[in-house]
Amino acid sequence: MTLTAHRKMQLYGTLLLLPAAILLTTFAYLPTITTVINSLFLPGFRGAPAEFVGVENYQVLFDDPTFWKVARNNLIYALGTIPTSIALALVMALFVNGKLRGRGFVRMAYFTPTILPMIAAANIWMFFYAPQIGLFNKLLGALGLSGINWLGDPSVALGSVIVMSVWKEAGFFMIFYLAALQGIPPELKEASDLEGTSRWSFFWRVTFPLLMPTTLFVLINALINAVRVVDHLFILTKGGPNNATNLLLYYVYENAFSFFDRTMAATITVVILLVLAVVATLKFTILDRRTHYQ
Amino acid sequence: MSQSRIRLERVTKRWDATMAVDDISFDVTPGQFVILLGPSGCGKSTTLRMIAGLEEATSGQIHIGGRDVTRLPPGDRGLSMVFQSYALFPHLSVADNIVFGLRSRKVPRQEQRQRLAKVAELVDLTAYLDRKPAQLSGGQRQRVALARAVISEHPICLMDEPLSNLDARLRSDMRREIKALQSRLNMTVVYVTHDQVEAMSMGDRVILMQHGTIVQDGTPDELYNRPASAFAASFIGSPAMNLLPLAAGEQGAVIQGEPTPPVAPLNAAGGQLGVRPEDIELRPASAFGVLARVLSEEYLGADTIVHLAIGEHTLRARLTGKHALAGQQCRIGWPTKAAHLFDANGRRRDDLTPYSLDLPGAESQLSSPLSGSSQTSLLAPQLYPQH
Ligand SMILES: Nc1ncnc2c1ncn2[C@@H]1O[C@H](COP(=O)(O)OP(=O)(O)O)[C@@H](O)[C@H]1O
Ligand SMILES: [Mg+2]
Repeated sequence: MTLTAHRKMQLYGTLLLLPAAILLTTFAYLPTITTVINSLFLPGFRGAPAEFVGVENYQVLFDDPTFWKVARNNLIYALGTIPTSIALALVMALFVNGKLRGRGFVRMAYFTPTILPMIAAANIWMFFYAPQIGLFNKLLGALGLSGINWLGDPSVALGSVIVMSVWKEAGFFMIFYLAALQGIPPELKEASDLEGTSRWSFFWRVTFPLLMPTTLFVLINALINAVRVVDHLFILTKGGPNNATNLLLYYVYENAFSFFDRTMAATITVVILLVLAVVATLKFTILDRRTHYQ
Repeated sequence: MSQSRIRLERVTKRWDATMAVDDISFDVTPGQFVILLGPSGCGKSTTLRMIAGLEEATSGQIHIGGRDVTRLPPGDRGLSMVFQSYALFPHLSVADNIVFGLRSRKVPRQEQRQRLAKVAELVDLTAYLDRKPAQLSGGQRQRVALARAVISEHPICLMDEPLSNLDARLRSDMRREIKALQSRLNMTVVYVTHDQVEAMSMGDRVILMQHGTIVQDGTPDELYNRPASAFAASFIGSPAMNLLPLAAGEQGAVIQGEPTPPVAPLNAAGGQLGVRPEDIELRPASAFGVLARVLSEEYLGADTIVHLAIGEHTLRARLTGKHALAGQQCRIGWPTKAAHLFDANGRRRDDLTPYSLDLPGAESQLSSPLSGSSQTSLLAPQLYPQH
């Protein structure tokens, strides 16, 4: 009797999980599997069946110097955006969490870049970076300096893209830090003030460790975004000049829809997935152990 | 030792519209256990936090050990504090929580360890030093908070309702422990509570507050036996003192709605008469006293709280032992010195003496009004008719 009740509960639970499971399977797991399969085949010409080639596609990919250039760009992009945007987010959150006149306004101002779609944000920055009429070059001109071709110069372009991404991401991460900061009871600060603890010391001994779960969460998000969000490239540089700002996912897009090389696109996608999976596993196993969750 | 003298001079705290603390002054002598008592919202915490330096006084001065600390940051005032929520650092072990302040003050490691060992022993936490606060019971967390205050060796310790998150049983244990710790270390303690039991049992001195002002400042004994106002009378004691409005009668002031006998001089009319439940004695309906009807009783084990109706008013009497009196008529009386008179504004009146309600020729027997068994035997023939 209890067994049937138990069965019923199981059935009930399964039914509740079903919608999410169906959606995930249709739009995440099945495409992933298809992609992996595609990366192992070469398509046949003129209706001929696809030919299984094993890891040959991967060998071709690894011999492609453009792939390595794009991968290196993505690494620089990640190293340039992740620590900077997280640090900036934390500083902004600490700032607007304080007793500050008009902090509601400042919070909103910091958060505004986040609610803009990436495409819109990139369009705004287009005007900042524009060679002649752009804001930055105008400012430089006012100081008597010659302008820089922010997006056209291969040695500067990736940096320009990174700056724009940091601007876009930091406000978003700030919200998470702000929420976490507000969850820290004010008595902790008071208790440490009574012992004459300096602000700096309080930050490193209490605030920062208590924000660790947030930092971890934000870090994962930033990492995924570094690989996943390439919308701004469509507006700013289209990966150029000479692939100087090309990132992995944009390269996937180019392969699939400009060069119509679906196989190569699938192969790069699988590589991206593997790298992300490894990094996420490392983070959750190593960092988690040193993180205090409330 | 004199560095732990605390003096507040005309201290006021205002937040826009609210006057949280209104011009209060008091003096705490070293080694004293002073209670700030009052209902919620009366400004106790604000007062304490101004002493700590966590809130800035709007006006007035605060002196600690002869120094004007009114504008000094909390860390320079030489005091520690135990918070209601304990304010433990959740990510630090018990040991790290306790020595947190020592690290801030750059006390050498060796000394930190020695003091930690001593204090942990004192508050019985030695076995838990490696745990995180989340792995402790409420009482143990409370001890960690105490240890953190004690280890700093500041002569002054402020406590803001430190026991209110504990269950009743633990609370009474901790009351005794805190009191013992205080006298052993000769700390000066300012302790905020809204619980009059804590105030009465722990304080050397109780400062009763209402609406941001001090209502009475005295020993627990004084607060109990000579309440300065009707509010003080009703706040101390459990159940609270009965307050009965007085009206003018033929031979003096009478309890409203009950024309005989007069209970106080005629001048007292318009004010209130206060009698503690434990001072009321029940008498047979034929004896001398104020006529009352028993409405109900609550049996509490050691004693019974009897609810009585007099005229239009109800009052409570505490009798030792178990009684079943509901619905019966009786008369009540009280020793003259147990009756308190308050004027129309609630202030105590000492210029009038309440009338005696003693039984003629029974003085000797009534000298201990709480000897419940003898009262019952006095009542018994009348109140329990034979079946
Ligand atoms: N930070 C604050 N801002 C505005 N009003 C406050 C603040 N803190 C306390 N108050 C007000 O001051 C009064 C006294 O509060 P408090 O000292 O906390 O009372 P108690 O501790 O006696 O319960 C209350 O009316 C409360 O609403
Ligand atoms: Mg309070």
